[in-house]
Amino acid sequence: MIEISNLSKNFGALEAIKNLSVKIQQGSITYLVGPNASGKTTLIKSILGLVKPSSGSITINKERLNGNHEYRSKIGYMPQVASFPDNLAVQEIFSMIKNLREGFVDYDEELINLFKLEKEKNKRLKNLSGGTKQKVNAAIAFLFNPEILILDEPTAGLDPVSSSILKDKIVSENKRGKTIIFTSHILSELEELAKEVIFLLEGQIRFNGTIEELINSTSKHNLERAIASIMKGD
Amino acid sequence: MNILAKIIRYQIHDISRSMWLIIYTLFFLLTSYGLISFSNNIPKVLVSLMNITLIIIPMVSIIFGTIYLYNNKDYVVLMLSQPIKRTVLYFGLYLGLVIPLAFSFVIGISIPLILSGKNWLEHIAVIVYLFTSGVFQTIIFVSIAFLISIVNENRILGLGLSIFIWLCFAVLYDGMLLLIIEFFQDYPLEKMLIGFLFFNPIDLARILIILKLDVAALMGYTGAVFQKFFNTEWGIILSLSSLTIWSIVPLLIGKSKFLKKDF
Repeated sequence: MIEISNLSKNFGALEAIKNLSVKIQQGSITYLVGPNASGKTTLIKSILGLVKPSSGSITINKERLNGNHEYRSKIGYMPQVASFPDNLAVQEIFSMIKNLREGFVDYDEELINLFKLEKEKNKRLKNLSGGTKQKVNAAIAFLFNPEILILDEPTAGLDPVSSSILKDKIVSENKRGKTIIFTSHILSELEELAKEVIFLLEGQIRFNGTIEELINSTSKHNLERAIASIMKGD
Repeated sequence: MNILAKIIRYQIHDISRSMWLIIYTLFFLLTSYGLISFSNNIPKVLVSLMNITLIIIPMVSIIFGTIYLYNNKDYVVLMLSQPIKRTVLYFGLYLGLVIPLAFSFVIGISIPLILSGKNWLEHIAVIVYLFTSGVFQTIIFVSIAFLISIVNENRILGLGLSIFIWLCFAVLYDGMLLLIIEFFQDYPLEKMLIGFLFFNPIDLARILIILKLDVAALMGYTGAVFQKFFNTEWGIILSLSSLTIWSIVPLLIGKSKFLKKDF
């Protein structure tokens, strides 16, 4: 379980997150939605320890984050933009990431196979297309069978086939009890995947609940209109 | 193998295949080969090499270091999302850049020297000092580069700052000293000038070699004063320890900024 309490983050004068508290239950799929600059990525990065909170606390399975690093072995992260050293080959990236966690053996290489990354393994990363880099990125996030998966715009840049492979993978991992948090601008993905919605606006939570509750709360008929009406601030 | 060594290893894999590093190595190979072919006088060759390396190494180290960190920002984020300590990643990135740069300098200079069949062994002490000062320049200017790109989010500003700092140390600093000397020539400035010397790592490295070579006239006014003031041993010890301070301070400031940084 991820528990965030009274989290605030300022970048100079800009308040990216304002006094935000939320609990994310184990085994849930949570969709983090909000307009640009609403604090989605800052929230995700705070959970990963990439961004240091100005105040408040985050605990993951009762362990409070305070600059420690071991807890991240439980988290698989797929950033929005994937970038690797230009002159390494695909297989070197995988062997490097594996090498950094000695003693781990139970790799989940399903995505490497499904994305057919094997045939790209000797290509240097600078020669890969954006979509292929994104596939490598996704495969790394799932590689260590993490309890928690944090996916920032996971399907952006993927073709429909790969995108559905990834979505199937997300659903099957969730069925095995993994906690999943993802952001996306594609609303249809929400209906397909997520059960829980956290709607962020200007660094605060405007809505937190299930999809049905969201639609009911706005007296609109479908999800897209419900979200649009919250975004407009009705 | 511990995590630091692994990070360094993969980074060396990456950088050693980069076009820039190959050009950098070739540059030293050709310069060294050219100078040795033109002259039988090894000390003269070494002085010329020193003058070239003291311009080129700081420039390449600071510019390449700055660009490298900016270009690999997303890779740094990826590594930080792994269970790795920030300190370890910082030193991994740093050493992974310094080692190949220093290596290509040493290789580029020494291969033509060895193959030339000239009496370079007689001057091995000077050659060692040349390598020491070149490696110090790499260490110092890569750590300044890291500090600049960690502190500045804006890469254009960061790169501009890097070029400016290089220009200051390599060119403007000596010019400024000359101006001071010109304006205040009626006053005894020697001691003050020695003080100024410690604020420029390039001058410090130059002194290191020149003191060893006994050709003080070649190192400009500050160097001449320096040799007059200190005898060779003390001069070398002082300049080496100042270079060490120059290597450690920016690196540690960069580390503490890196630990606090939001990615």
